Amino acid sequence: MSTLPSCKESSKLVQMEHIYKTFNKGSVNEVVLFSDFNLSIDKGEFISVVGSNGSGKTTMLNILCGFTDIDSGRILLRGSDISRLKEFRRAEFIGRVFQDPSKGTCPSLTILENMALADNKNKPFGLTQGVNKKRIDAYRTQLELLKLGLEDKIHLQVGNLSGGQRQALALLISTMTPIDLLILDEHTAALDPRSSETVMELTQRIVTQKKLTTLMVTHNLKYSVLYGSRLIMMHKGDSVIDVRGEEKKRLDVSHLLKVFNEISVECGN
Amino acid sequence: MDIFAGLVRNILEEGFIYGIMAMGVYITYSVLDFPDLSVDGTFPLGACITAALIIAGVNPLLCCLIAYAAGAAAGVLTGLLHVKLKITNLLSGILTMTAMWSVNLIITKGSAVLPFYNRSTVFSMGLSELLPQDIYIYRFALIGLVAAAVCKIILDLYLKTKSGLLLRASGDNQQFVTSISRDPGRMKIIGLAIGNGFTALAGSILSQQVESANINSGTGMVVMALASVIIGRGLFGKIKLLKPTTMAVLGAIIYKSCLVAALQLGLPTNYLKLLMAVLFTAALVSTNFLSKRRSRPYVNTPEL
Repeated sequence: MSTLPSCKESSKLVQMEHIYKTFNKGSVNEVVLFSDFNLSIDKGEFISVVGSNGSGKTTMLNILCGFTDIDSGRILLRGSDISRLKEFRRAEFIGRVFQDPSKGTCPSLTILENMALADNKNKPFGLTQGVNKKRIDAYRTQLELLKLGLEDKIHLQVGNLSGGQRQALALLISTMTPIDLLILDEHTAALDPRSSETVMELTQRIVTQKKLTTLMVTHNLKYSVLYGSRLIMMHKGDSVIDVRGEEKKRLDVSHLLKVFNEISVECGN
Repeated sequence: MDIFAGLVRNILEEGFIYGIMAMGVYITYSVLDFPDLSVDGTFPLGACITAALIIAGVNPLLCCLIAYAAGAAAGVLTGLLHVKLKITNLLSGILTMTAMWSVNLIITKGSAVLPFYNRSTVFSMGLSELLPQDIYIYRFALIGLVAAAVCKIILDLYLKTKSGLLLRASGDNQQFVTSISRDPGRMKIIGLAIGNGFTALAGSILSQQVESANINSGTGMVVMALASVIIGRGLFGKIKLLKPTTMAVLGAIIYKSCLVAALQLGLPTNYLKLLMAVLFTAALVSTNFLSKRRSRPYVNTPEL
């Protein structure tokens, strides 16, 4: 699938090196967000990222995906520099689920058509049959994993689904073809508590099953403690907490909340 | 009764051809969500190129294909202005429309009207010559029907292909197209090419019907095509078996009927464009009124 040279057996999947990013440069609204930001992600890690508004979580994801340009620095994926690749080219290696459930699917296309499009990722979109009938059973099987009964509604337009159903579908769609990195951008934030639980459980199931390296931004401190093998708390464009393994397991929500409040008070939030 | 039959014939003769244009605008406006004003320039482009080529003795069917290609090229221009130079969609269309005015004049060598009477056209060649005498007067309507049907079938088939599915996705959700590793800008350009190709084809066929090309013939085409798409959707949207392409053609025929009826009732021709604007307003307002509950009116998808 990849046009990137596969690198010499390094465990480092993603390296963000010396990232600088300033918004509205030269104006009164100038905001220096990242100055010399560094992050490296190991293969197989499931990282939860927390932090207050404006701490740079979402910008970090946007920079990784290529939605936001950087001023300087570089981003390596499996050892290759992807800093200059456009967003749609990076999508070959990176899957992303957004906060807004309508972003991950096409509302006026059916579930089947959405899945057929995603299934064809990284292949040519020519003049052959759009929905391959032979694949329908495979799609049904994948939908059954969601346990939402969507496998019986494959001809329904996605616009008719609820936010939770759409988000579950978006999660499935973004992981249909092999990817190096899955990015979850507050993907449960717009859902009601019950749908949010369902989507989170599903996330865990898919990530474990497909052994995906995952970067999840969340506002939910409970999820950040409960899920993932590493936790990062960001503040003013830097990571103030970065724990993994056993150390992360010992972490609890109250401690996290305390640190969170301390830094929030400090910057007047 | 004869007058009535004559009117129906008149409506169908032009209705089917405007239907082809309406299908093109369906692609840009409904599928891509792109209000494309270049249509006013690409319609006469098709007509002028056809006139020039037929005078030069080119086969009329080949003329149609060349007109389609020229329209598609103009659509690509609109797309490049919008995607590569980041000019807003409305302005990109206006730029192409304005540029086409000169292009058309260059093609007609400076004359506003380029006649080609008694030359071979799609209406006087091949099968239409074999039509029995008593239905020969219906040949304009019949060939228009065949042309619209062929265009509709090709377009419907295209929308079911992988590329067609991706085109519909890019009008629906650009982020989705990006996330399956495709360039949404490229799909916009392709859609504009297809849409304007159909518009130029309609211009080509209509010029062959009247055996002359008029560089003013594009004025009001955007309004007519958009109104057709919206009327078709508004009146027939509830019928599940009808595809949006068919709805666009039916919308064009109904639109044309309204114009013909008004003229028949004694409206002076000077008021024609005013009437077109009024009809379009009525179509917009009524559909908005009918579809208040829908979040995105006019966005429809083919039943696949």
